Amino acid sequence: MTDIINALVVLANFLLVPALTYGSQLALGALGVTLVYGVLRFSNFAHGETMAFGTMITIFGTWGLQSMGVSAGPLPTALLALPLGIAGAVALSLLLDKTVYKYHRQRKASPVTFLIVSIGLMFFIGGLVRFVIGPGDQIFFDGTRFIFSARDFKKATGLDEGLALKMTQAVTIITAILVVAAMFWFLNKTRTGKSMRAFSDNENLALLSGINPDRVVLITWILVGALATIAGSLYGLDKSFKPFSYMQLLLPIFASAIVGGVGNPLGAIAGGYVIAFSEIAVTFAYKKVVAYVTTYEPESLVQLLGTDYKIAVSFIILVIVLIVRPTGIFSGKTL
Amino acid sequence: MNQNFFSQNRVPVLYAGMAALLVIVGLGQGWSVSLSILNLCLISAIMSLGVNMQWGYAGLFNVGVMGFAALGGLAAVIVSMPPIHEAQAAGGSGILIGLLILVATIFASIFVWKQFNKNKKLAYWLIFAVIAVGYVLGRVLFLPAVEAIEAIDPSVSGYLGGLGLPIVLAWPVGGLFAAGAAFVIGKVALGLRSDYLAIATLGISEIILYFIKNEEWLTRGVKNVNGLPRPVPYEVDLQQAEWFQKLAADWGMAVTEASSIFVKLCYAGLFVAVIAILMYLSETALRSPWGRMMRAIRDNETAAAAMGKNVVKRHLAIFVIGSAVIGLAGAMLTTLDGQFTPVSYQPLRFTFLIWVMVIIGGSGNNWGAVLGGFFIWFFWIEAEPIGLWLIDTLTAFMDGDHPLRVHLMDSAAHMRLMTVGIVLLVALRYFPEGLIPERTARKA
Repeated sequence: MTDIINALVVLANFLLVPALTYGSQLALGALGVTLVYGVLRFSNFAHGETMAFGTMITIFGTWGLQSMGVSAGPLPTALLALPLGIAGAVALSLLLDKTVYKYHRQRKASPVTFLIVSIGLMFFIGGLVRFVIGPGDQIFFDGTRFIFSARDFKKATGLDEGLALKMTQAVTIITAILVVAAMFWFLNKTRTGKSMRAFSDNENLALLSGINPDRVVLITWILVGALATIAGSLYGLDKSFKPFSYMQLLLPIFASAIVGGVGNPLGAIAGGYVIAFSEIAVTFAYKKVVAYVTTYEPESLVQLLGTDYKIAVSFIILVIVLIVRPTGIFSGKTL
Repeated sequence: MNQNFFSQNRVPVLYAGMAALLVIVGLGQGWSVSLSILNLCLISAIMSLGVNMQWGYAGLFNVGVMGFAALGGLAAVIVSMPPIHEAQAAGGSGILIGLLILVATIFASIFVWKQFNKNKKLAYWLIFAVIAVGYVLGRVLFLPAVEAIEAIDPSVSGYLGGLGLPIVLAWPVGGLFAAGAAFVIGKVALGLRSDYLAIATLGISEIILYFIKNEEWLTRGVKNVNGLPRPVPYEVDLQQAEWFQKLAADWGMAVTEASSIFVKLCYAGLFVAVIAILMYLSETALRSPWGRMMRAIRDNETAAAAMGKNVVKRHLAIFVIGSAVIGLAGAMLTTLDGQFTPVSYQPLRFTFLIWVMVIIGGSGNNWGAVLGGFFIWFFWIEAEPIGLWLIDTLTAFMDGDHPLRVHLMDSAAHMRLMTVGIVLLVALRYFPEGLIPERTARKA
């Protein structure tokens, strides 16, 4: 019996908690992609770099606060700097919308043109971020490291295996829940949110009903900038900030959005967790679990795929969804 | 009048300008440098021809150019490197059986899918079972073989080696590899929303690279494969040959310099031959009824479908052909480098730079795509000296070790990233037609 509990603890420690954390980050990222898709009707390849940009500003804010001696106690200081990062990312998004996207929108360019434009912006923002903060790793986490560590857990329960909960993991999951709740409240209960959904559902009808398209676009970019910064900062706190890894996040984020059903916020969240769980579950080494559950101790790591192929997992799920159910789990085209 | 002359003779004027740029570099930095740039220009031009087929003819957005080019490079290794008999004896059969199981699994899944089409739930479970069995069987047989191969002399070989055939054969094989990957991707993503293809190709190109970096039994991974055989003579042999010493004397150059120029000229000759054939084929195709059909599909899919054209099938065909051309160019590039270095494949250089070439050159026009390949590659190479010089001059008033100046000099490399982005955005906004616009019936 204790063996099975030990096995479950191993799974919870190395699979469940990391996957919930990573899934929350992906879900927030995918939510941004889905919003752009739903309202502006294109796949935004620059989203990963927007995340990196917002995180960069947050890091500068954190450094500033740290040098002034401000801290959030056990919580990471970066949470206090988050509003600054959000403001930065929103400002950048609005500026780029005004200077770049607006022109193509007025000419009613095809979605593919928008896609290429967003790739151009991806390089522009990516270059900007690397130019300002450099391509290297930045660790900006401070505060208490663990809420409870593996040793505390072992002492408290008397089990052989430990379950640790890092501060960043708890912060990520709680922030994600709060943000998602606020987001749904906004989309479903407020007048502005409803007008956004109407615009996403049927643009012409929305225009006829007197919804101001410029305002909808403005609100969308504000939300996207905020979501991108929060997702990026949480990811950066949990792992570390490195511009290149944000470029690599693009594929899992797109996969999450598509798996859930592009344009559907609920789908984006579900997709994020599906991708995160499969990525970690497929590349997880089950050796210990097998050893606990059965009496046999396997020699190999009992890993379905090497960790190097992590990125392939989200792609394979994407392909399966495209073959079996191209509209995604929650078949949705509107917000 | 002047304006008229330019618009009537746009293509020759622009190509002459490009040639003049190369001559200037030849006079300024030496002919060897100029010819190296020319060779890479030719390869870039072929890649951008491939992308132009997909984007210019058919409006398909492929962001996986890097992956297809890397597959071409892999083909060069597999075809031309001498076989390593010990490795093949140790693990060849295991690898072969593993691959056979993979193929069998795929066919079994397709078979199940077709047989149980009516009962989808059952089909899913059966396919899942087939894949699980195939996976376990394949793994049990495959992994020991891989370990055996990688254990043999890992510092020099540690991989299967190739077939030991002439490397020129690798070029069409590279095309075939890329075509195969493109077929699978096209089957999945074409016929769905247009941006799914972009996301799918982005994914596959990353995965191809992960595969190439990690499957050391096939590619040596990040340990690189060096010393690929050449289709042209080696400099050392030339320097020793009597006829060549005489030729160098006729040219009035030192033998070493003449040999390097001669080798590069040989490569250039081969590449020009390939590009000439491709240009002939693609120009003929573009003017043929098939080309008209492709453009009709691109411009209005619904109308073309209503005329009885199978849009998805035509898209698949052009996607496969375009990718094959990119794979061919990838194999040529690895041949020119003489080594296969998986780490050198970067999306910026291999995917998006090619895209900038097509858009700047003129999408839908083969001459434009080729010119774009020349033009953008030329500036890509020459941008670094220009950029460094620019920053150096602009910050000349600061001290040599002023932090801002040091930071700017260090970040010069990232300027490329930003520049590519800005060039793409400016081109899309102000000259979406490119340097040599597509010829339409009215304009011609």
